[in-house]
Formats: sequence, structure tokens, C-alpha cells
Amino acid sequence: MKPLTLLTSSCVVLPAANVDTDQIIPARFLKTVERRGLGAHLFADWRLDEQGQPRPDFPLNSPAAAGAAILVAGHNFGCGSSREHAPWALLDFGFRAIISTGFADIFRNNALKTGLLPVALSPSAHATLLQQLADSPRVPVTIDLESQTATLPNGTVHAFAVDPFARHCLLNGVDELGFLLGQDAAIAAYESTHSSRVCTR
Amino acid sequence: MTSTLFEKIWAAHLVRPETESTPAVLYVDLHLVHEVTSPQAFAELRDRGVRVRRPELTLATMDHSTPTTPRLGGHLQVLDTQASGQLKQLETNCDEFGIKLFGLDDSRQGIVHVIGPEQGLTQPGMTIVCGDSHTSTHGAFGALAFGIGTSEVGYVLATQTLLQRKPRNMELRIEGKVPPGVTAKDIILAIIAKIGIGGATGNVLEYTGSAIRSLGMEERMTICNMSIEAGARAGLIAPDETTADYIAGRPFAPVGADWDAALARWDQLASDEGARYDRSVHLEAASLAPMITFGTNPSMAIPIDGRVPDPAAAPSGAERTDLDKALRYMALEPGQSLLGRAVDVVFVGSCTNSRISDLRQAAAVMRGRRVAAGVRMLVVPGSRNVKRQAEDEGLDRVFLDAGAEWREAGCSMCIAMNGDQLAPGQSAVSTSNRNFEGRQGKGGRTFLASPLTAAATAVTGAIADVRTLS
Ligand code: SF4
Repeated sequence: MKPLTLLTSSCVVLPAANVDTDQIIPARFLKTVERRGLGAHLFADWRLDEQGQPRPDFPLNSPAAAGAAILVAGHNFGCGSSREHAPWALLDFGFRAIISTGFADIFRNNALKTGLLPVALSPSAHATLLQQLADSPRVPVTIDLESQTATLPNGTVHAFAVDPFARHCLLNGVDELGFLLGQDAAIAAYESTHSSRVCTR
Repeated sequence: MTSTLFEKIWAAHLVRPETESTPAVLYVDLHLVHEVTSPQAFAELRDRGVRVRRPELTLATMDHSTPTTPRLGGHLQVLDTQASGQLKQLETNCDEFGIKLFGLDDSRQGIVHVIGPEQGLTQPGMTIVCGDSHTSTHGAFGALAFGIGTSEVGYVLATQTLLQRKPRNMELRIEGKVPPGVTAKDIILAIIAKIGIGGATGNVLEYTGSAIRSLGMEERMTICNMSIEAGARAGLIAPDETTADYIAGRPFAPVGADWDAALARWDQLASDEGARYDRSVHLEAASLAPMITFGTNPSMAIPIDGRVPDPAAAPSGAERTDLDKALRYMALEPGQSLLGRAVDVVFVGSCTNSRISDLRQAAAVMRGRRVAAGVRMLVVPGSRNVKRQAEDEGLDRVFLDAGAEWREAGCSMCIAMNGDQLAPGQSAVSTSNRNFEGRQGKGGRTFLASPLTAAATAVTGAIADVRTLS
């Protein structure tokens, strides 16, 4: 996982609420056995037309979106399926953080595990940000994971919550597997006092 | 100290309790695996040289990218090379890591959330995970069951544990008698419409009340299945006699002294009298009607004889935009009735409604009737066992005689990645769980409903109310 500490970037705004993972990456692209390369299919049915050409009216295709590493989305982003292909596609496309007012649980978990930072702002801060980006689309936002703050273009600073452990992993670019493997003794102790409920053999 | 069902299961699976700085380490009793969300997890294990800690607590099946077209010489033909590569990869992975696989030729193959309960692997008080959001289905047995991502699939394979923050606990109480024509599917669609698509985010949702107690296990599975469509982490229903009766005698169910011990354990699981939930929502069963979705997320649902809402009346700007967009996609007008709207396809299947009782309900409507001209109807059993049982009961004949397609087991048209899908612009009434844009095929329009409504629609050729079917 690529570490993330401080991110300053312009943003793309996708204001719709309840954007589901079937939109982020349609199911027909899930037949891969790889993690890489999914950015080509990010928002495929919204971003590309019948011929596979970019639709000019889709926000990710606007010239102002070029190089943006932050996606500003509507409420409840990432609802629906548990496919980790959704954050993989967003990362592969070049995003490192998503700003919203709230995320679906599984999406938030998956994002944090793959190095994509979900930033939930208060509805008022989110609305302010949308207004500022409407006025000047290329102005940068700074996200500081260390201090858990987002600095909006107008200079106002807003705190956001991240689970301390996920934050530690993201700051250091490590995943949770190392920690869990390190719990071997505790897991073995649990197993010695709790017999298995089923056996699939 | 009183505890809820959720709190009891949570506490019994703590390898390490959570602290300020680290989430809880939660033990997983059963890990279900399928072809789509597992290949990258196995690859990670291979890269790191890690083995599967408890292969005997793991079961794999093939369902998502699996074709449901008839078997030739007893074998499924996987024509899509990418899908076939993914299925082969699962075989290789299961072989290499010693995991039991219900492959395409296994007589027990089927949708992951159908086969767990069917085999008796899903039992009360367990923790069950799968790289699939509808793992919530297994909560119908009083098991804490939730969907995880592929990274977590790898963690569970490697350590049989997960790092988890304790979710909140919400109660959904439904009292009273469910009116005729109203099924479990209608109940859950009504619940999601009431609390909203994110209404249970961060929560484990426990369904309680006399209306829930009166439901059979397959109906309870339908309800818990769609908990995720309200954003819930998991759905739960306390185990009772109905639960034990369903499990008894299944292939992986406990027997003898183990069965007695299990019953005694399960008896202790129900939420204690006076246990506290973070939030409770109440619904009267008598007020429920058959439901159907009109929009592009499962919370956009109305009683079948209701009218499509007017975005102008939405309480907030964001909801107005959402609704506007949905109606445009679905080609619907505010105030319109859905009854009589023509459809191209009717799909009966998916982990929500593909069990024997679902097929029986659909068949009861179809018997002696024909699928209307111009409508394609697919009936897709959830597992090969369900398929055999339906054939033993002659249900396949009912569907075939009516002009419907009787398919092999799998996810089929629920997900449009296995060859079964809508063409752009087509409309379908489906018993599946998601009506997101393009979910059943790019440009396809989905109306979610019960097997009864689906069957009534198939014979009418347009969305129909089963209660007034002539
Ligand atoms: S039937 Fe549909 S929702 Fe259920 S597991 Fe398969 S694809 Fe997922």
C-alpha cells in the first residue's frame, strides 16, 4: 500500500448522492484476477459513450479534472456491493482521497485497506467546498492525515475522523495483515478454548 | 447485565477486545469464498508465502460469473474466456490451499448464500464472512454474518480473524399479521423504503416482533439478505424452533450429543428482556402491501398500486436531484402508476428469492397460465439442490409449460457478468436485490419485486398486482 500523509490537489466534483459500486465499476469488469488496470473502466457507463469515447458532459472528463487526486462526492458514496474493485479502480485512475458527507461501511473499509482515504466532512463544510469549487474549479484542497484536517480553498480548516489504526497503516503504508499475523499467539489461545462450530471437510 | 443477540455473538468471538488505538480482533467461524472476490486475495497469500490458517473452516463455490445455460453432456459450457479463467483460478487456488470447493460439476454447487444454509453450515451464534455484501443473508439464523472486501478475504484466509470496530445495534420491530399477497420480499422493501438506503449504515440490524417470528427460514433469509440495501453491516433474527427444525438433518448439521449441546447454546442467544438497542424502528404488519421499486436504488419503492413520487415534493434538493435522475433513467413520470407498464423480461432468482419456497410461490401463480407474448421469463434456482427438488415436485414443468426458461443454478441476471443480462432499454421485473443503473445489463431497467409479483407480471406481460390477477 502506498503511504499517504499530506495531499494537496485540485478536485473533481461528482455531486450525486448514493453513488453505488455498480456505477464505480460495473460488474462485467469483475472477471479479472488482477488488481491493476481497473481505472480504464472507472464509472464506465457514465464516463464513456457507446463507442467507448469520453462523454464531454461527465465531470471526470472535463479539462478542469485533469490531474485531480481528490474526488468530491455526494452522501453515502460507495453503497451496494462489497467489491474492492471499486477503490482499486479509483486509485488506478489517480484518486487518493474521496471527500463526502458519509460513506457506505464496506466501501470505507475497503478504501482504507487499499490506500484510498475517505474524508467525511460535515454537511456545511461539504456545501462550502462545493460552492468554492463551483466558483473556481481548479483551486486546491489540502488533506493532512497526520492532523486529520482538510483545508478548503478559502483557508478554513475542518477536522475529519479516521480510525486510529487505519490512520497508522495509511501513514506508514502498511496493511493490517502484518498486525494480524502478529496476533498468532492470541488466535491460537482463542482456538484452544473455542472448538470449531463446523468443518467443511 | 442484559445483552442483545448481536452483543452476545460479538463478545463470544473476541480474540482481543478493541481499544482506543486498535479495533477488536474478531474470530471467524466460517469463511465462504467465490470466484470473483477471491483471486487477488490468494495471490497476496502466495506473494507473501502465507498459508491458509484453517482451510476446514472455509468453503468455496462458483456462482457469479458462472453460466446458467443448459448443461451439455452434464457439463456447463463456459464460453467467456475471462470468466472461464477466473473459474479455473478458483480451482487452482482451492487445490493449492486445501479448500473444499463446490465446483461446476459438484451436485451441491450454487449461490454462496443459498448453499451455506442448505448444507447446514450456517448455524446460530456463528460469525460468517464472505467477499460479498449479501452475506447478511445468513443472519436469518442468528449468525453474525457480513460482507468483506478482497483484502479482508486475504486476512481471514491467513489468520481466521478480522480487525473490526463494534458496530451500533438497531432494532426493527414488526408486529401483527402479514396480509395475504404480502411476502418477505415486500416486508424488506417496505423497511428499506422507510429507513432509506443509508438508514442502517454503521449498524447491525436485528429484526424482531411477531410478524418476523411467524416467518419460515427462507423468508427470514430474504429479509436479512437485503439488510445491506439499507446500509446495515449485518441483519439478524434470533434463532428459535423454526431455525433448529430447518437445520436438523442437513449434511453439516451437528448430530447426537453435539446437536443437544448446540440446541442448548442456541437457546441462550436471543436478546435478553430489556436489552438496549441504539435505535428502534417499529412497523405494523397489517399496513404492508406488495411492494415494487420504481427507481435506481432499492429504497425507491412503493406499494404496487401506489404512484411514482414527484421529485418536486422531495424534502431536500439532493433527494430531488436523485429522484429526478432515477425517473429519467427508468423512463417514468411523476404520479404515474406502475400497474400495466409493459416489461420485456421477468427474472426469478438470486440469493434473495431463488429457494424452493420462492419457486413454489412463482409456480403457484404460473400453473395453468402462460408467459405473455413478447416477455422472456427466466427461472433460475439458487443451487443444484434447489433445482433437483423443484424438478422432483414438477415445478420445472410448470415453468416450461408456461413458456419460461428453466436454467442451471447461479447468480444469473442478478449481476450481468455471466451472459444473462438485459439489453439496453429493456425493462425487467426481478426478484433480485439491486436495481442500480445497469445492474442487470448496461442500460437495463430493473423493477424489484417478490416472486408472486414477478410471476403475475410474466403472465400479464405488464406489471401486475397478484392480488387482483384474473
Ligand atoms: S445472486 Fe446477486 S446479489 Fe446474490 S450473490 Fe449473486 S450476484 Fe450477489
